[in-house]
Amino acid sequence: MSDTDIDPPEEAVQANVPEDADVDYEEAETQDSAAEEAAKHVPEAIPLQVENLTKRFGGLTAVDGASFEVEQGSLTGLIGPNGAGKSTTFNCVTGVLEPTAGTVRFNGENITGLAPHQIADRGLARTFQIARELGEMTVLENLMLAPMHQRGESLWRSVLPFTRGSVVEEEEEVLEDVWETLDFFDIDHLADEYAGNLSGGQRKLLELARVLLTDPDVLLLDEPFAGVNPSLEERLLEHLHELREQGYTFLIVEHDMDLIMDNCERVIVMHQGSVLTEGTPEDVKADERVLEAYLGGEVET
Amino acid sequence: MSVSDRVPDRVSAVGSSDPAKIIGLLAVIYAVYLVLGSVAGIDPVSNMTSLTRWIGLFAIAALALNLHWGYTGLFNIGVIGFMGIGVYVAAIVSKDPVAAGGGGAVGGATGGLGLPLPIGMLAGAVAAALFGLLVALPALRLRADYLAIVTVAVSEIFRLSVRNGNIASFDVGGLSVGFGGGDGLQLDWGSEVELLFDALLLGGVYDSLTVAAEQVTGSPVTADRIGYALILLAFMIGYYALLQRMGNSPFGRVLKAIREDEEATNSLGKDTDRFKIVVFMIGCGLMGLLGVLWFMNAGGGGGSINSTQFRPDTTFYIWVALIIGGAGSNTGSVMGGALFAAVLYRGPRFLQSVIDKLTETDLGRFARQTGFGEAMAPIAGSFDVIPLLLYTVTKLQSLQLLIMGLVIIYLMHNRPQGLLGHRKEQAAAISLSRPDRRSDGDRAVAADGGVEDE
Amino acid sequence: MGVADGYRTRAEGLVENPFNGLLVFIGLYLVADLILKLSGVDVVVNIPGLGATKVMGGVEPLDSFLSKVINGILRGLIIGLAGIGLSMTYSILGFANFAHGDFITVGAFIGAMTSYIVAGVVGAATYDIGTLALMKVEASQLGLAITGGSLAFAAIVLGLLVAGVGTIGVVLLVDRLAFEPIRDRSSVSLLITSIGVALVIRYLVNFIWGIEKFSTNAGSNSVWNVAVLGSNPEDRALAEGPPTWEFVITELSGSISANAHDLALLVIAVSLMLGVHVLLQTSKLGKAMRAMADNKDLARVTGIPTERVIRFTWVLGGSLTGVAGYTWVLWRGTFGWFDGWLFLLLVFAAVILGGIGSIYGAMAGGLIIGLARDLSTVFIPSGLAKASAFALMIVVLVVKPSGLFAGRTTA
Repeated sequence: MSDTDIDPPEEAVQANVPEDADVDYEEAETQDSAAEEAAKHVPEAIPLQVENLTKRFGGLTAVDGASFEVEQGSLTGLIGPNGAGKSTTFNCVTGVLEPTAGTVRFNGENITGLAPHQIADRGLARTFQIARELGEMTVLENLMLAPMHQRGESLWRSVLPFTRGSVVEEEEEVLEDVWETLDFFDIDHLADEYAGNLSGGQRKLLELARVLLTDPDVLLLDEPFAGVNPSLEERLLEHLHELREQGYTFLIVEHDMDLIMDNCERVIVMHQGSVLTEGTPEDVKADERVLEAYLGGEVET
Repeated sequence: MSVSDRVPDRVSAVGSSDPAKIIGLLAVIYAVYLVLGSVAGIDPVSNMTSLTRWIGLFAIAALALNLHWGYTGLFNIGVIGFMGIGVYVAAIVSKDPVAAGGGGAVGGATGGLGLPLPIGMLAGAVAAALFGLLVALPALRLRADYLAIVTVAVSEIFRLSVRNGNIASFDVGGLSVGFGGGDGLQLDWGSEVELLFDALLLGGVYDSLTVAAEQVTGSPVTADRIGYALILLAFMIGYYALLQRMGNSPFGRVLKAIREDEEATNSLGKDTDRFKIVVFMIGCGLMGLLGVLWFMNAGGGGGSINSTQFRPDTTFYIWVALIIGGAGSNTGSVMGGALFAAVLYRGPRFLQSVIDKLTETDLGRFARQTGFGEAMAPIAGSFDVIPLLLYTVTKLQSLQLLIMGLVIIYLMHNRPQGLLGHRKEQAAAISLSRPDRRSDGDRAVAADGGVEDE
Repeated sequence: MGVADGYRTRAEGLVENPFNGLLVFIGLYLVADLILKLSGVDVVVNIPGLGATKVMGGVEPLDSFLSKVINGILRGLIIGLAGIGLSMTYSILGFANFAHGDFITVGAFIGAMTSYIVAGVVGAATYDIGTLALMKVEASQLGLAITGGSLAFAAIVLGLLVAGVGTIGVVLLVDRLAFEPIRDRSSVSLLITSIGVALVIRYLVNFIWGIEKFSTNAGSNSVWNVAVLGSNPEDRALAEGPPTWEFVITELSGSISANAHDLALLVIAVSLMLGVHVLLQTSKLGKAMRAMADNKDLARVTGIPTERVIRFTWVLGGSLTGVAGYTWVLWRGTFGWFDGWLFLLLVFAAVILGGIGSIYGAMAGGLIIGLARDLSTVFIPSGLAKASAFALMIVVLVVKPSGLFAGRTTA
């Protein structure tokens, strides 16, 4: 950020009201116009930009020139019928797959084709459609793993006597963060449990907790509500809104259209590998093509 | 909550009691061997030193393999190849020099560079680690089963290459060195025990040990045996301490995470390739050092190496030891190594000599005179199964691997987590219990941990 | 594309391209060197400091080269035959079966044992059945060669059949006891189990046949080679054995020869491969196997009797593997208890090279590996021939882990 050095948590949230948004955001009431002004013209207000993303597997084109943006502090939904290319898009953005063509920009930097760990390192973190808990590690170990750049991740620092002390010190700090996160998600009673023993919903919570501990700016959640019972779904949603208020940005792939419409302020609809439409839930609902796409018809784009 | 059968319910309070468990198991093993040995009138010193030798070697081996497989999930079945690199390089570095061209010594004119043994051991470990790097760079991206095939192929390539006469000897700076080809190499650098004690400035201890041994048993060789056993125990403790420290750290935590799910770990920002390369090299280095320890001082005298000793059998021994102990735990590795050495590896031989002494038969002679056909013939004629039983007893040694095969199948079917149960250790440098907290109910703080920007 | 793609391409450029370039260079060098050697030309370069140094070329007589090619093809056929079974179980059961090499050993030993018994018991009654079963007789004394008369011919045909059928029995038993109880486990668990199975089989064979271990004059590995059938002209068994017919191409700079056993191997291997091809292309079984290799759960749901398909896979693979072991005995005249294991790595190499699950891949891979193994002796000492085949496998795994015929599963 060149002129105004805005820290993501508080101010950035207000910076995100889309120009065409006609919905009332609760966060928007505290906005101060200067910050808003700045954010509108500064590229960092749009941390994630995907341009013309294409992914082919042999003869099959899974993603076909998809372009979209995710705004700072938003809760953006990515929906579309089965086979629309949502998951492939996700995997291309997070580096699991290498796109055939197109550009992914994160905070202004071209991150296309970087390895997943390099992308995570830059603050773009993800969860998986099927929770990838580390089964034979305890919940605590799962979470202790997450913080980036731990001193003790260097073999020598962990082993050599005169550096071990600083590793232990940092472990204590990490442990404190981890317990706080456990409390936040109300899973502190599971701390010593092996992750493989958790229920499906608990795994989703664990995964969200773990990815938060990597200190990301933007989180990509791949179907966070799939296989989650209604009461836990409620809790997960609460957590998401709470975190969003703290300044996190979310892009959520979801199957359940209603869930996205009720909770996201921006919605991207994918169909047959490209972006069909993009806008507020109201805009999207009003778009007849979206319904058609879901009903399985051919859609004129 | 649901408890699947693969995953244990909770982490038991392990930690400080682990060394105690190891010592307890060792005490039981030694007691059994001492009692049986004294009943059969076997010399207690050689009984104990040879038991210690194999316990030490297999414990060290299982520890090194546990770093690869138990911690990181790297499927290395070429262990013997890395051990071979270690000991061959140590031999070349530390054997006495022989001038090029001159030679004429019996058993090949190959010598070494004549450097001190500790340097040779270090060189062996470093060479094995570098060789590991060579294998790791292309191979670590492969699936587990492909990595297995590559590692075993590499160890066979190593064996076939050292067997080949072309590198049996060559000249380096006026010295004749080499791999010995089919003849192998004599590890004739003198008493390893003396050299290593001297290196630690314990030469005096070694001298008095020799004097004492000569007085008690009438043979100075006993001192070497005892010294060798002590050295192996020291290395075992060293390996254990090092690997415990490595495992109980953020570094070890990433390794475990890679074992569980490499892709997920990568998505959490860990450069998994780098971790795998580092850990593969370290493990190979530890195996290289093990190779020197394994082949030196064979049976108290000077050791020798030959390509036939580097067949994959030893790799499978080590795997059985690790599986018995339960992959993933250093304590389990030591216990598995000890149990394997005492029961499966030394057991049949020991039992055979006990039976020999007790029944005053010479099974060895019986074995030399009898074949499977002769053993089976009486069954066909008069249903006399004694010859077959005797034959089986005499073949116990060669049946070891058959028994080990059965043990592998049994363990994989019934106790994939190891005979000694699930013994995963928490990977952290500190105890993970809840730290003392300033105040309660301050939930929102949690998220701050994640958002703070520099 | 363009700029965007630059990242990974650059990263790969550092690691892979020089490596691939090096491989291409080595390949070209070997071809050029071979041509020079066949024409008997030395390339000598005067390197400063080292003086005149031979960098390429040498002498490789054409007849020696051609017999290497023939040997390589024959070896490749056996590798391919054994590889089909390994490839099928690899793709359908999803694990690398390290016991497969010892299935080859089983086929070799029980097939050879059958031939010994038939030839010995029916023919000269001077040997008791135990001695024959343990193969304690010189094969040449039994006249065991394919051209050695109708009795010897029948003994060999029966041996071939028993090698196939007997191996099926062993393989099904192994599956029932060792693999079926843990069918749903990870591929790594199954792989480790298969190592256990391999050890059991190998040392059982050793236990029964490997008695020479205790013989006082046991000095070399050759003592383990218990089965000796008449074979190559150079083979020691042939010295006293019945004549084999051979053809000679005298127009060449020397002469090359092939005998009846070489020809038998060729006929057996090619006809079996064709048979398998027809069977899998035309029968429902082939379709079911392809479906299972693709997605086991889906196959089960769509009503494919998966356990039965697995059994058929073992039957088919086991018989081919057993026959492969026996043809080795026919070809080389000997087989040791440890040879199946050593052979396994070559078979793995062939299967991976061809692409796991592809039967054509296994055949083609077998030929390539066989040729590579034998032709490598043009360039390196023969003691390293096997090592060079392993090295080729590693290169394939690294450069193209999916194999040459990837994607054509079980076709």
